Amino acid sequence: MQALTITGLTKTYRGGVKALKGVELAVKEGDFFALLGPNGAGKSTTIGIISSLVNQTSGEVSVFGYDLDTQKELAKACIGLVPQEFNFNQFETVLQIVLNQAGYYGVPRKIAHERAEKYLAQLDLWDKRNARARELSGGMKRRLMIARALMHEPKMLILDEPTAGVDIEIRRSMWHFLQEINDQGITIILTTHYLEEAEMLCRNIAIIDKGRIVENTSMKALLSKLNIETFVLDLEGDNQHVNLDGFTHRLLDSSTLEVDVEKSDGLNAVFNQLSEQGIQVLSMRNKANRLEELFVSLVEAGRKESA
Amino acid sequence: MSAGNNWIALTTIWIKECTRFLRIWIQTLVPPAITMSLYFIIFGNLIGERIGQMGGFSYMEFIVPGLIMMSVITNAYSNVASSFFSAKFQRNLEEMLVAPVPTSVIILGYVGGGVARAMLIGCIVTVVSMFFVDVQIHNFFVIVLTLLLTATLFATAGLVNGIFAKTFDDISLIPTFVLTPLTYLGGVFYSLTLLPDFWQVVSKANPIVYMVNGFRYGFLGVSDVDITAAMSLLVLFNVALFLVAYTLLKRGIGIRT
Repeated sequence: MQALTITGLTKTYRGGVKALKGVELAVKEGDFFALLGPNGAGKSTTIGIISSLVNQTSGEVSVFGYDLDTQKELAKACIGLVPQEFNFNQFETVLQIVLNQAGYYGVPRKIAHERAEKYLAQLDLWDKRNARARELSGGMKRRLMIARALMHEPKMLILDEPTAGVDIEIRRSMWHFLQEINDQGITIILTTHYLEEAEMLCRNIAIIDKGRIVENTSMKALLSKLNIETFVLDLEGDNQHVNLDGFTHRLLDSSTLEVDVEKSDGLNAVFNQLSEQGIQVLSMRNKANRLEELFVSLVEAGRKESA
Repeated sequence: MSAGNNWIALTTIWIKECTRFLRIWIQTLVPPAITMSLYFIIFGNLIGERIGQMGGFSYMEFIVPGLIMMSVITNAYSNVASSFFSAKFQRNLEEMLVAPVPTSVIILGYVGGGVARAMLIGCIVTVVSMFFVDVQIHNFFVIVLTLLLTATLFATAGLVNGIFAKTFDDISLIPTFVLTPLTYLGGVFYSLTLLPDFWQVVSKANPIVYMVNGFRYGFLGVSDVDITAAMSLLVLFNVALFLVAYTLLKRGIGIRT
């Protein structure tokens, strides 16, 4: 079954700004799906429409088979939303916020209390249950929004940049948590600017730019499109000149070498040539995230096409 | 959602609203008690003694129902207007908008919160007035009915204001330029019979006249207007304003882009 189907979705804001120009998208039940795009591409507008916070100009959205226009309440009950900005009452306590959210979905108080304990504990917030939201750190606030979105146990969780501004340790614990709930069958749609996050978590991906989907495929298929990767090699000693036949390369300074390697060539030839010249490689890393390179090339290609 | 789920959603919003005004009781409950005490002392005691009788009662007895009603009106209105606008401004209204809460439940929850605060303040001001005058009750049913209908009407009006408001200034404009003049000209401090005929007719276009007089009838048994007509008008205003609020929220005016 499709968790989400979007057909011909358009949105023109007052003033004439066309945020969406016919978005088509399908997300399978149980998927971990990434919706990526540069700022202003239409990600948040799309999420706003799915979660009933923005009215679409035209097009259809259905959530687990429920039409968002004609079966709004049933569709809404399937969705849990973690918005980009903190949108809880800063003066309420953590426990009040999650219990109220459960109440809006008609969850009885006793069950709501059980779920609050479960999700707040899982997200390391149970000790903070009586703290006011404004007293929490940025990472805690992000986790609070995830706990809040899970209180009615939705079939689909939409996260709009959930780890923005969160330190790496908390980010990794959030990734772990999201993977766990996805394993339990919850469909997850994620937007993020951390492409490493999308690559690590998501099985399928759509890239949106200027209100249109420019790519919609599996993460594996997308990454296989990447033919050239750039590696940065840290070299031993003071190197004035490096020769690498058949490879585009740049010596950034006397001990840092950048090499473009085609997938079919492999890295052995690079190491062999360096070894022949008596140059020792101390360490090596990717210049940029692989997905990041693809993302930039896809967005640029899309723009050239529409120009 | 089922009726049971809607009930849970409604009580959640209502309890949240009541918790909010009780949490900030110094801002919400104390000021009306102080303001009304001043009214009782200055207008009732000091000036009232010189005015003498009005409508067959001492001036203090005459103004007590109107002053209670005045605090009910302003508090019902401002509670919902500021709470709804704050929820919109802080964006925590989105918590309700993404959930399958019917529009009517959102309205009833917010209005219920405003009515609860208004009723509580009505009780506080009544208790305060007992220090100045022997409060008599002519018809308890009329008192409660007028109080409920008035509080509901102005709580709904506050909600409509909150829906339209774009800044915090917008929620103080109506109370300052519409509500206060209408309340002062609504017969709180005087009987309409003191006015020339023309102004008596004009005054009857002011809905607050019916509320103040209905309420005064409940306490003293005297009124400048027909009580049945006053109650009917209040019901009519309530239905009309509920429909306005419902249409606005359903269309997402002021809350959805």
